[in-house]
Amino acid sequence: MKKLIDWIDQRTGMQGLLHEVLFERIPGGARWRYVWGSTLSFCFLVQILTGVVLWMAYSPSANSAWESVYYIQHEMTGGWFLRGLHHFVAQAMHVLLVLHLLQVIIDGAYKAPREVNYWFGVVLLMLTLGLGLTGYLLPWDQKGFGATKVATSLIGIVPLVGPSLQKLVVGGSDYGHHTLTRFFALHAGVLPGLMIAAIAAHVALFRKHGITAKQPYRKPEANFWPDQVLMDGVACLAVLASVVYLTVRHHGAELHAPADPTQPFNAARPEWYFLFLFEFLKLDFLTQWFGHQGELVGAIVIPGVVMGILAGMPFIGGWRLGHRFNLGFLGVVLVGAVLLTVKSLRSDAANPGFQAAVIQAQTDADRMVTLIQANGGIPRDGAVALLNQDPATVGPRLFAQHCASCHRYGGHDGLGVVSAEAPSAPDLRGFGSAVWLRGLLNPEQITNGFYYGGTKFRTGKMARYVQEKLPALKAKDPAAMASMIEAVVAEADLPANRAGLAARTPQIEAGRVHVSTTFGCTDCHAFRKADEDATAPTLTGWGSRAWMVRLISDPTHADFYGKRNDRMPSYLKDGRLSEREIGLIVDWIREDTAPGAWLKPVGVSK
Amino acid sequence: MDATQDSGAQPRRRFLAEAAAGAVGACCVGVPLASGLVAWLDPLSKASGSGDWIQVASLSSVPTDGTPVRVTVVTGKSDAWTRDAAVPVGVVYLRRTAPAQVVALHSVCPHAGCFVDYQTDRRAFFCPCHDSTFAVDGSINDPRSPSPRPMDTLTVEVRGEAVWLRFQNFRSGIPAKVALT
Repeated sequence: MKKLIDWIDQRTGMQGLLHEVLFERIPGGARWRYVWGSTLSFCFLVQILTGVVLWMAYSPSANSAWESVYYIQHEMTGGWFLRGLHHFVAQAMHVLLVLHLLQVIIDGAYKAPREVNYWFGVVLLMLTLGLGLTGYLLPWDQKGFGATKVATSLIGIVPLVGPSLQKLVVGGSDYGHHTLTRFFALHAGVLPGLMIAAIAAHVALFRKHGITAKQPYRKPEANFWPDQVLMDGVACLAVLASVVYLTVRHHGAELHAPADPTQPFNAARPEWYFLFLFEFLKLDFLTQWFGHQGELVGAIVIPGVVMGILAGMPFIGGWRLGHRFNLGFLGVVLVGAVLLTVKSLRSDAANPGFQAAVIQAQTDADRMVTLIQANGGIPRDGAVALLNQDPATVGPRLFAQHCASCHRYGGHDGLGVVSAEAPSAPDLRGFGSAVWLRGLLNPEQITNGFYYGGTKFRTGKMARYVQEKLPALKAKDPAAMASMIEAVVAEADLPANRAGLAARTPQIEAGRVHVSTTFGCTDCHAFRKADEDATAPTLTGWGSRAWMVRLISDPTHADFYGKRNDRMPSYLKDGRLSEREIGLIVDWIREDTAPGAWLKPVGVSK
Repeated sequence: MDATQDSGAQPRRRFLAEAAAGAVGACCVGVPLASGLVAWLDPLSKASGSGDWIQVASLSSVPTDGTPVRVTVVTGKSDAWTRDAAVPVGVVYLRRTAPAQVVALHSVCPHAGCFVDYQTDRRAFFCPCHDSTFAVDGSINDPRSPSPRPMDTLTVEVRGEAVWLRFQNFRSGIPAKVALT
């Protein structure tokens, strides 16, 4: 064994190298304050290990990036843990970098002759920020997409070269495949490559100049091995433990719904370590002092000046009071960043609109997973295509956009936003159900805001009928009333109402007779047979999918409101919505949204 | 004898060798570097291909009371190797200003490029990122709004019952409205 080691050593000088690594001299002995550089190297090593394996499962293109990350997160054995480690170690690196920088500035380790080494450190800081920024886009989810859009827009405001630079970074004038391929090449190739070179230079120069020992020495001079190595190891372990804790607690890294530029994403925020910059751009003084140039100043000039001062610190440190200036400057920047971050978090916490958007984003993300699992995988068209067929996702969006200026859904616009204005048309939550119909037939409710309050039908025949005639009819025969409601509700055939239908059939049959006899509904409405004299919407198939789609398509059709229609647009006839879109709204209102029902191909049994 | 010969010829010989080594080295590094650079610069030579007339909505779908309606612009689009006959390329807000006159506002915030949302209850546009706000006609309605310019308008034409527009994206963060090419 000894012979073998000697043989190798004579040809490589390995032992001398190892000796140099382990027996670096540390005046004053090992100290905890020296661990930061090692923890950062450790983090970088973890990022390479986890990153390479993630790379093996990642596919950078606009219709496979999110999908491949979904697979890593939800299908791959241990994928969520791997992804979580990569995600949280990246965050840890930003924290550790700040601590390392602080220690270097406080200990004066940036001064001559260590200027160049310090600059390599500044370069490493920028490379780390670059890796965070490029890594953030790769899942191609709504959050990463939104953040990248902002970041790349900011590049575009750089004078002269900005637009060209933006185009090169984005890989064209619009975001797409090449945005991902370029970001991925930067994230997995260029930046780590530069980082390895910079770390090598950083460590080599560190060794050349030796450690900047903190005075006064507490202990006699010692070697790197074993005390400092042990301390460094313990620090790395602590970092790892924190990261593993966060990974397990969050079950890996978050994955929002896939990027869809046609959908607003009101929960858009950068990663927390960029929040201070984000909040900085919101500060009033930028627009007040610099007017239209506010963004250029806030996003490019001021951060550039800060980086410039940071890079110039070795020179500043040589001046009288320079070191104190450096300390003070760094302190102000860090405290400012912390305050801005806190301000940002607090203003978001106090913003109900943002909170609703965060919940909506989570709902979309969860729904996406449900849909994929119900489908047994992602169709070749991609995950967005799957989401766009989903009534539970698209229905409320379309409702909010096209219906909610008059109608409400459970008091809100379908997406949870409550308007201060009174609705001018009925609330459609539960439309077609017995509860909804009972409310309509309640003399105290029919003219309130939930039903006809905002329409001209408030004083119409139906309202008068419910208020004047119906109470007596109901008092005379409550059972007939109940069966009549059952019969009309049976027309809707809501999925929620299908259970136990057979047992209710006799009651429904009886109710159908009451509709035309006891209650005289057929005086105005058609019911289960053609009626040319009908003046009110047909009750045949009332609340069913076909009935609702037809009504929304054209309420002015003779089967519905005809000429008496009150302001409701003919959505299909006017070209406002397609039949597919109307169907999605209807399915959502009817709560006919079970993924299994519409995702499984017809004729395939499982 | 040899030594004297060398001393006379050496400076020139040395210079030639150095120049040749430099040239060979530059060639070896330069050719692959240049070939990479040319391909990397490819996006600069590609035009966005936007600005064509696209039919986006029917006139009757734009409310007559001036309330903006959000419309997804769908047209043919190439994305590197993918070509789609009809994909969403952007979102605009259409607003009726006269019986047969429609204004289109781009949904991308001129500040930093986020998606501007129309808030029905406030009757105003609001960007959730840096809190830029715009009036219903797209103008800046609050001096504290960080946006450097009003929402971008697009060229619209009402042809009979159909609303057509020329869809473009614009650079954000600058006071001037400059189309991305």
